[in-house]
Amino acid sequence: MQKTYYDPADLRKFGKISDWNEELGTKFFEYYNSVFKEGALSEREKSLIALAVAHTIQCPYCIDAYTGDGLQRGITKEEMMEALHVGAAIRGGASLVHGVQMMNKVNKLEM
Amino acid sequence: MIKSLHKRESELANSKRQVEILSNGIFQSGDLPKFKDKISETNQFPLKAKKLEILQINVGYMCNQVCEHCHVDAGPDRKEIMTRETMKQCLEVIKNTGAHTLDLTGGAPEMNPDFRWFVDEASKAGIKDFIVRSNLTIIRANKKYHDLPEFFKSHNVHVVSSMPHWTKGKTDKQRGDGVFDKSIKALQDLNAIGYGMPNSDLRLDLVYNPSGAFLPGNQASLEKEFKKALIDDFGIQFHNLFAITNLPISRFLDYLIASENYEDYMYSLVEAYNPAAVANVMCTNTLSVSWDGYLYDCDFNQMLNLPVNSKAKHISEYNEELLEGRNIVISQHCYGCTAGAGSSCQGSVA
Repeated sequence: MQKTYYDPADLRKFGKISDWNEELGTKFFEYYNSVFKEGALSEREKSLIALAVAHTIQCPYCIDAYTGDGLQRGITKEEMMEALHVGAAIRGGASLVHGVQMMNKVNKLEM
Repeated sequence: MIKSLHKRESELANSKRQVEILSNGIFQSGDLPKFKDKISETNQFPLKAKKLEILQINVGYMCNQVCEHCHVDAGPDRKEIMTRETMKQCLEVIKNTGAHTLDLTGGAPEMNPDFRWFVDEASKAGIKDFIVRSNLTIIRANKKYHDLPEFFKSHNVHVVSSMPHWTKGKTDKQRGDGVFDKSIKALQDLNAIGYGMPNSDLRLDLVYNPSGAFLPGNQASLEKEFKKALIDDFGIQFHNLFAITNLPISRFLDYLIASENYEDYMYSLVEAYNPAAVANVMCTNTLSVSWDGYLYDCDFNQMLNLPVNSKAKHISEYNEELLEGRNIVISQHCYGCTAGAGSSCQGSVA
């Protein structure tokens, strides 16, 4: 059997993290569930943010979870892809903006 | 256009094979609990039929569409059509039952040659809510159907129509090329004569089925999305959206297996099991009549050929005393009606 670090079936066992520390696990899931409730942002908007973040942190469980969540909400693949590009743009921009630091350093060191 | 499983002579055209699949594998190994065991946990087994409220009649499996998810395996190649004689037997029950809702389904019920006669006769029975499940495209399929909106209006029919998404791509992928454009035109035709308009008594509801191996989201949220998109893009209005879970039956089961989604989908259904939905599952107040007059607890059991557990097995033998309180016939597909907010032909139940 092929062994990998990630098993899609483990996503279903997420709740079991509370088994080894019920207090913190319970607090985490209460917080998690509250975060995704409708507030100033709609649940739909939060789902798209989660999908974009899932990709920027490259979490396969989160990608599976929020792709499915988006489909359930009727979010289209065009909307999902646009959300991903927002994440990718920020991630790419985060690399590139450090170029200013490089430029500053070069300018300081070079004659 | 794809062919029905029956035409393709697929093994899944055999209802026994479907029941086998639903009973074996992950349910036989104990990885997932059988539905009977699950509802027993909350002392809800056996499920019992209550007083009849909804009589759902399937007037035939013929349809002008071949939707990928269809649990009926309907299509132009299906020849099972209810005869006028069976309709007459149904009418006897309609006249005498206390059911408040009559629900005609198919296939495309309008394709039954006696459809208009049946609606004419049934509408005289004074049933409070007379539903016809129209796929919309039939209205635009052929000139002879173009006047259906007026026909529905003249009989005060409550139109319930399928619409898997507010975008063309998703709709056509599930229901076939061109279905979205025709459906939009049909909805505009219905709106034009008053169907679906705010404060109108001419009821127009839409049915949403997920277009893939996932469960429907929150019904109220989806309704909001549908309403906004349809009014903004096409000026279309409707009353309510019913979010219905796809049950692992027939062509949807075929799709789940072929796309290797079957086990994950069953896990999703079982994990979303909601005991509160069990109390309101539609089989407890509904009776489903097949094109040949046989009785089932629901349309899904009809397709799995799981008849009612009663001495009265045919509409000609209808007997309220025999049918009320009967044990509902269940299998693992029933998880589809108890997942999340529950699912019925009238949408969420919990």
